Amino acid sequence: MMMKTIMQFLAFIIFSSAVCADEVYDVLLESMTDKNFVTVERLKQDELQAFCSQPRSASADEARAAELRAAALSDVPIPSDQNYLGDWQRGEKVASNGRGLQYSDDPEQENGGNCYACHQLDPAEVAYGNLGPSLSGYGARGQSIAMLQYTWTKLWNTHAYNICSHMPRFGAAGILTEQQLRDVMAFLFDPQSPVNRTQP
Amino acid sequence: MNKGFMRVIFTVLIGLWSVTLLSDTEGVFDQYREMLGDDNPAIFVIFDGEEIWYAPAGPKSVSLEQCDLGLGPGVVEGAYAQLPRYFPDVDRVQDVEARLEYCMTQLQGLTTEEVRGKPYSLRGDLGTELEALVAWIADQSSGLAIAPGQAHAKERATYALGENLFYYRAGPHDFSCATCHEQTGRRIRLQALPNLTTHPGAAEAYSSWPAYRISQGIVRTMGWRMRDCMRQQRMPELIMGSQASVALQTYLAVNGAGASMAAPGLKR
Ligand code: HEC
Ligand code: HEC
Repeated sequence: MMMKTIMQFLAFIIFSSAVCADEVYDVLLESMTDKNFVTVERLKQDELQAFCSQPRSASADEARAAELRAAALSDVPIPSDQNYLGDWQRGEKVASNGRGLQYSDDPEQENGGNCYACHQLDPAEVAYGNLGPSLSGYGARGQSIAMLQYTWTKLWNTHAYNICSHMPRFGAAGILTEQQLRDVMAFLFDPQSPVNRTQP
Repeated sequence: MNKGFMRVIFTVLIGLWSVTLLSDTEGVFDQYREMLGDDNPAIFVIFDGEEIWYAPAGPKSVSLEQCDLGLGPGVVEGAYAQLPRYFPDVDRVQDVEARLEYCMTQLQGLTTEEVRGKPYSLRGDLGTELEALVAWIADQSSGLAIAPGQAHAKERATYALGENLFYYRAGPHDFSCATCHEQTGRRIRLQALPNLTTHPGAAEAYSSWPAYRISQGIVRTMGWRMRDCMRQQRMPELIMGSQASVALQTYLAVNGAGASMAAPGLKR
C-alpha cells in the first residue's frame, strides 16, 4: 500500500515534469514566428538547457548534474596554437559589445561578448551590470597554466565548473570565435589592460 | 480645448527631453519623471484610444462598444485589472490584446492577419490603434487592485505554464526570463532588473504597463514588453495575444496581485 503510493508519487513527478517540458516547447512553437535570421529552431532545448530550466524550488538531481558537468568539461578544446592570450585592446571591444544573435542585429557583424552587461571590468567604466561578480583586477590572480586553463574553460563552457550558471557558453555555443576568446582572455590577464591598471 | 496644439507642444518637449535622456542615467530620468508629475504624455494616447473604441471600423463598420473584456459587453472600467482571465466564449485565457483581437475579428470583421499584422509601433512611429486602445482600457483600471482570474482550472494551468515559460532556457545564450529577473538588486549595464518572481518586483512592474516610453515617444503595451525581452533573449518573434504571451503575463499579474494598477506608467 505504502509502496504503491510512493511509486505513484514518483511516477507523477517523472511524468509531470516530462510532459511539462514538451508542453512548454509546443506552446512556444505556436506562439513565435521566424524573424529575420532567427528561426523557431532556437526554441529546442539541448540536454543542459532542459536540465537547467527547473524553477528554483525544484529539487536538484545531483547525479544528473555531475554527468552534465563532466560532459561540459570533456568538450572544452585547448586553443589550437596552445596560446591562451591574444590582444587585450581587441578583447576590450568584444567585452563592451552587446550585440549579436538578436533578430534586430546585423548577422554580418561579429558577435559581442557583452561582458559588461553582467560584470565590472575596467573600474573606470561605470555602466556595468552585476548579474556576475566583479572581474576588476582579475590579472592579479597571475598567469599560471592552471589559471589560464580555468578561465578559458569558464568562458568556453561555464557549466564545466558551475552547472546551471547564468553565463552564456561563449565557446561551446559558438557565440565567440577562438580568436575573440583569446583577446578577451588578454583583456582579463594583461597587466596593461585597464582591467588591471587601477584598482577601484 | 485645443488638443492638437497641446499635443504638438508636448511632443516637442518630450522630444527635447529624450535627446538628453539617451545619454543619461536613472537618476536624471527620475528628475524628469518628477517634473512631468501627473502630466503623463500618455494622456493624448488615452484620448485616442477612447475615440477608437467608439468609432465604427472594419468591414462590418461597427464599434467595439459590444466587446466583452470580462465584465460584460461594453464594460471597460475595471476590466484591465482582472485580466488575463478565462473567457467561456473562446474557452481560453486571454490578455487584453488577445481579447481585442477576438472582438475586432468577431465584431468588426477584420481578419486575424490584419489585427496581428503590425500590433506594435516600430521606432519612430506615432503609435498603433492597438496601443491606444490598450492605454485607454488600462487607464480605466487605474488605482484598482490587480486581480487576474485564478478560479477556473484553465486560469491556474495558465499560471503554471507561465512559470515554466519563465524558467525555460534556450537559444544560443541559454537565457530564460529568470536569468535576468529572478534575483533582487541586479542590473544589466545601468538598467535595473526587477525580480519578477517576488510580489514587490512583479507588482511594481505589472502595475506600470502599458507605459509611455519617453525615449521612444510612444505607449508600449505589456505584450510588447514580453516580445522585446524575448528578442533580448535571442528568441524569435513573440506573437501578440499568443498562448505564451498570455501565460507570461498571467504569471506576472498573479505574482503582483493585490497591488494597485498605475498604468499607463512612464518609462525611460
Ligand atoms: C548574462 C550574464 C553574464 C555575461 C554576459 C557574462 N558573464 Fe561571466 N559570469 C556570470 C555569472 C553569473 C558568473 C558567476 C557564476 C559562475 O561562476 O557561473 C560569471 C563568472 C565569470 C567568471 C569566473 C569568475 C571567478 O571569480 O572565477 C569569469 C572569468 C567570467 N564570468 C568572465 C566573463 C567574460 C570575459 C564575459 C564576456 C565574454 C562574461 N563573463 C559574460 C554572468 C555573465
Ligand atoms: C538578457 C536579460 C533579459 C532577459 C533574458 C529578459 N529580460 Fe525583461 N528586462 C530586461 C531589461 C534590461 C529590462 C529593463 C528595460 C529598460 O529599462 O528599458 C527588462 C524589463 C522587463 C519588464 C518591465 C519591468 C518594469 O518595471 O518596467 C518586464 C515585465 C520583463 N522585463 C519581463 C521579462 C520576461 C517575462 C522575460 C522572459 C520572456 C524577460 N523579461 C527576459 C532584461 C531581460
